[in-house]
Parts: sequence; C-alpha cells; structure tokens
Amino acid sequence: MDYSWIQIAVAAVFLSVVITLVLSRGYGWLSPTFWRNAAVVSSLIMLFILMWLTFDTTEKVRPGASQVPTWTVINHEIGLTWNEEKRRQVPVIGEQTGFFGKVYSPEEAFALVNKGKMTLQSRNCMECHQILGNGAYYAPDLTRAWLDPWWEERVMPMVGAKTHEEAMKVWLMNPEKYPQGQRRMPNLHFTDEEATALVAFLKWMSAIDTNGFPPRFGVAQ
Amino acid sequence: MSTFAHRQPGELYESQKLAIWYFVVAIALFGAQIIFGLLLAYQYIDPNFLYQKLSFMTNRTVHLNAMIVWLLVGMMGGVYWFLPIETGREVVGIRLAKFIWWVIVAGVTVVVLVYLLVQIGPGTAFTLWFINEGREYIEAPRWADFAIVAWVAVFLFNVVATTLAARRITGLLGVLIFDLVALGALYTAGMHYTVNVTMDQYLWWWVVHLWVEATWEVLVGVVMGWSLMYLLGTPRKLIETWLFLEVALVFGTGILGLGHHYFWIGTPEYWIGLGGFFSALEPLPLVAMVVHAVYDAGAHRLHTINKPAMMWAVTQAFGNFIGAGVWGFMQTLPQINMYSHGTQLAAAHGHFAFFGAYVGTVLTLVYIAVQNIGKRVQIPLNSKLWPWAWGLLVFGIIGIVASFTISGFAQTMIERAELGSTWNAFIKSYTHPWYTNTHWWRFWMGMLFLLGYVLLVWDLLTIGRRRTANAAEGAHD
Repeated sequence: MDYSWIQIAVAAVFLSVVITLVLSRGYGWLSPTFWRNAAVVSSLIMLFILMWLTFDTTEKVRPGASQVPTWTVINHEIGLTWNEEKRRQVPVIGEQTGFFGKVYSPEEAFALVNKGKMTLQSRNCMECHQILGNGAYYAPDLTRAWLDPWWEERVMPMVGAKTHEEAMKVWLMNPEKYPQGQRRMPNLHFTDEEATALVAFLKWMSAIDTNGFPPRFGVAQ
Repeated sequence: MSTFAHRQPGELYESQKLAIWYFVVAIALFGAQIIFGLLLAYQYIDPNFLYQKLSFMTNRTVHLNAMIVWLLVGMMGGVYWFLPIETGREVVGIRLAKFIWWVIVAGVTVVVLVYLLVQIGPGTAFTLWFINEGREYIEAPRWADFAIVAWVAVFLFNVVATTLAARRITGLLGVLIFDLVALGALYTAGMHYTVNVTMDQYLWWWVVHLWVEATWEVLVGVVMGWSLMYLLGTPRKLIETWLFLEVALVFGTGILGLGHHYFWIGTPEYWIGLGGFFSALEPLPLVAMVVHAVYDAGAHRLHTINKPAMMWAVTQAFGNFIGAGVWGFMQTLPQINMYSHGTQLAAAHGHFAFFGAYVGTVLTLVYIAVQNIGKRVQIPLNSKLWPWAWGLLVFGIIGIVASFTISGFAQTMIERAELGSTWNAFIKSYTHPWYTNTHWWRFWMGMLFLLGYVLLVWDLLTIGRRRTANAAEGAHD
C-alpha cells in the first residue's frame, strides 16, 4: 500500500471535519443539523476507508502472500527469529522435513489444514484457549502452540513419543491421562484423523506473521 | 408526568405488551448468565469441579450467549416499548413480531439445550450447522444464525413500516433505522466458514466489535434518549442533538477503531497505527454521554418520575465511560496490548464494559416499563428495596472486575513480560498467589452479585404495589 497509517488517519479526520463544515454552512455548531451532518459524513468516510483497507488486507492475508503461509508449510521446519529492522520476532520457514513422515502435496495439505480448522471449531477450543490472542483465558494461547518448547521438554518423554507431531497428537487424544498444571483439558474424543489434522492446523498457524505476538515467545526462562 | 407521555395509566399498546415479554425473557436469561458465571468462577477455584461433565468451555458458552441474547432482547424490548409513543400509533406488523418472537424463544431454548447436552460434535460442517460454530460470542449454530437474521429483519420492518405509517420521521427514528440496517447486515459477516484463520477473525470482529463498540452503542443512544425524555422530560431537540453527536463520535472512532483487534491476527502492520489511534479516541463519545447525563440530571435537579430507572440511567453513563472507556483505553494502545491481550485483563474490561454500557441500559428500560404495568403507576416510582439491589449489583461487579484486573496484571507480567508467553509461562502465571488469591474473591463477589439479582427480581415484582395496598388500607380505615 502506498500510504502510511498516519496519512490515512489524518485524511480521515480532515475529510470528516471539512465536509461536515462545508455541508453545514449557515448552521451553528450547536444545531442538530450540524451534528446530523457530522454523523452521516464521518460514518460514510470511515466505512469507505474500512472497505478500501479490507480489499488491501484480503490480498495480504492470502495464504502465500506476505502475512500468512501456504498450506504446505506443514512439511517444513518452522521457527521464530528476531528481526532487527522490525524489532520483533518473525516466523522463519526452514527445510522440508515432512509431517508424520510424509510430504503433503498442496491439495492434501489444504485438505488437512481445513479438517483441522473444522475440528478446532467443532470442539469449541476458543472457549478455553486463545487463537491468535482471542478466546477465553482459561487455557494457554495456541498462536504459537507448535513452537512451544514444552512438547519436547516434557510431553515427548511423558507420552513416549518419538516426534514432535506424534507427541502433540497422543497428548491431544488423551489429555486427561497426562495433566499439565492444575487445569486439565477434557477429553474431546478426537479421531485419529482429526487429531492429525488439528496438529497440522496448529503448525500452519504458528507460521503466521502476527506482528510479534505473543511477545518474546520462548525467549525467557 | 413528562411530556413524553404514555397512554392512560395501565393502558398499553400491543407493542408494549410484547415489550414486556421481551423484558421477562431478558431478566430470566440474566439469571442464567449469573448462574453459569458462578460455575465458571468455581471452576477457577477447583478445576476438577464438573470436569468432563459440564466443562469450563460449555459453561462459558452459555454464560456468553445468555448475556448477548438478554442484552439484545432487552434493548429491542425498549424499542418496542417506546416506538408506539414516538410514532403515536400501534406498531405495524405486530402479529408478525409476536410470531417471530416465540420462534426465537423456542430457538434459543433448543440452542442452549444442545450446548448443554450435546456440547461438541465431529469436525465436519454438520457440527457448525447444528451444534456449535465454535467461534466465541457467535457460537450459535448456522441454522440459528438464519433465525436471528430473520428476527432482526422483522424488527427492522416493524420500525420502518410504523415510521412510514405515522408519516413522521424524527431524528431518533432516523438514527434507529440507520443503525438497525447496519446491525443486521454486520451479523451476516459472521456467517461464513473459512479455513484461513486470519480472514476468519478479520470478519468475526465485524460482528463482535462493530456490534458492541458501534451499532449497540448507537442503539443505546436511541433508547436512552427516549428514556431521558420520559424520565426527566428533556426536550427532544437537546436529545437529538446529543444523539447525532454520539453517532458522529461512535462511528467516527469506532469503525476504524476496529483496527485494535487487528494488531496480532496476521493482518498488515498499518492496522497497529490505525487501530491504536482510532480506538484511543473511542472513549470520547462515552465522555460526552457522561457530560450529557450530568447536565440533564443537574438541569432537572434530579426531579424524576422514576427513581430506580433514573439511577440506572446515571449508572449507565458512568459505567459505560469507566468500563468501556477507561478499562478499554488502559489496554488498547498496541505497546501495552501486545503484553495484556488475551489475559485476564481482557475479561476485566469485558465484564465492566458490558455491565456499564448495556446492563445499565436494559435495567433502565425495564424499570420504566414496570412503572406502567397494571395499576402500578406511582409517581415517582420508588421502593426501599431497589437501592439494595442496585448497590449489590454495582458493588458485586466492581469486586469481580477488580479481581480480574489484579490477576490480569499478574498474568501480563509473569506470563508475557517475564517468562516468554509459553505453556509453562501460562501455568506459572495462573498458579502465582497474586492470581490464585483472586479466585475466591471473584466467587464471593459473584455471590453478592447473585443476591443483588434476586433482590432486583423481587423489587421488579413488587415495586409500586405497596402504595396501592396502603391506599386500600387507608380507605378501609
């Protein structure tokens, strides 16, 4: 986009004020007509800008565009790195390692992540967890769940899994058997296919550029 | 009696009789919201309580949905109450309005029973259509979404057709129609499934934010405008000027203030600046409402025809400003929000804002209606009980909000600022004494809130009747 947020904000406020003043010539600022004009003008201008930015945002959040990864990212190593220019963490996509011992084609990867998203919604995950920071506040934020060191440090030995994805899957299918902390996740009866898909979705989500949220992920002790 | 008068005491329009049903259901759902909130509060204390039977997720779904429905129903009831007075005639299409109302009541019952008894489904479109859409606030399954859109459409038809039939458009009606079109249209933005979670949340906020931080606030402006005309006899010109100012500020700041939900969901960086700037201005209309309330109440030296409604109206003005404005501003700047987002601080803001902005509004409307039911027209409407109900509800919510705020500070600091936002960091934060100490506090403040609710219901059933009884006794003597 060719305009900075400051230019957009200043233009929005400036246009709202000027057009209101022009339309309200001859009316005092205490008259209902003045404020009726202000209401209509500011609503329409802000709505217009929202629509314009929505087109721009929609382009930029397409999988594979600047913000959101392609579906096949599930075949790759994913990490976070400090970007000195932006002064925040950004996701990095590493070499291809496969997922559950398999390299998924773009169509297969889409189908799997899609199944994962359906599973996420059908089990009402947001009602305890946060997804990209939104949801309830009873369970951990899942934005960077795939990248959480807890899986390797604690869950892998606990469930006897050999790989990261296997540890997540076994744990998700039996959360009541392997409690972490005082609050326990209920068993949501994932099928094998659903659990695989959910892990794929979480891995894909971990590679979204979230402008540095959650902050300092995995940095401190 | 104020200039914005009802018909003869006790004589109601059909639309107002329907409004009473709206209020009855609203108050009942308010009770359900509190009960499920208490279950949640207790699950914070003992996470094993009802584990796997009525888990946190299920209780929270009902807690949230009961709230959204009762507040919306309460405000719509307010419109059905005042619309015939504003237009001077019966509402057009009232039979259709009654029909769709009972469809909605039946629909809500089915949705809640499915939430409680079925809870979750397989990871297919079937679950999204018939059990739960799994998107916070708009969990209602897709079939219910269509029922809700039909309901808002009938409501909009009632308002537009009645306005046309009355051949009189006032500023209040103009704003109401404008707002309802936006409110109905925005809900449809939340009726899509998309695998791209960033786009999903982008549109999800069009419902959640543009309802509660834009169209609902304007709806409040309309019904509170009518309420002030009724309660204080405030001149229409003054009300409408303020309402237009409110709309200019609410939509002028709130539409792009939407950007404060687009900081971290994978949307481009310009939303950080735009969202921070416009959402920081969102308290402006709320300050204006406080100024208006203080001015109006002062100009009339608090002489009102309905004491509890007046008190709730004043509470609404201050509560909206403090809960939505101050508690919102506290965490809306991106530099702070990066650390506080998705912590207990968000819950603190949510509780305070919904109570201040919307509970205050609906209770004002309910007390106005109560004054005009049966032979209860007492001027001014007053009782010894309502200050206790008011006090317990206000004290209770402040206590609940304070506990969320303190645990939120602890969580923000420990989980986000110090320990790096991981699963382990999350566990370390919620087991810290600053966090755990607030659990019991929250629960008991919730119990006080429940007591306030019981007194409120008792007062609504009895207020205004005592004088009639006294008068009857006097006559007997």
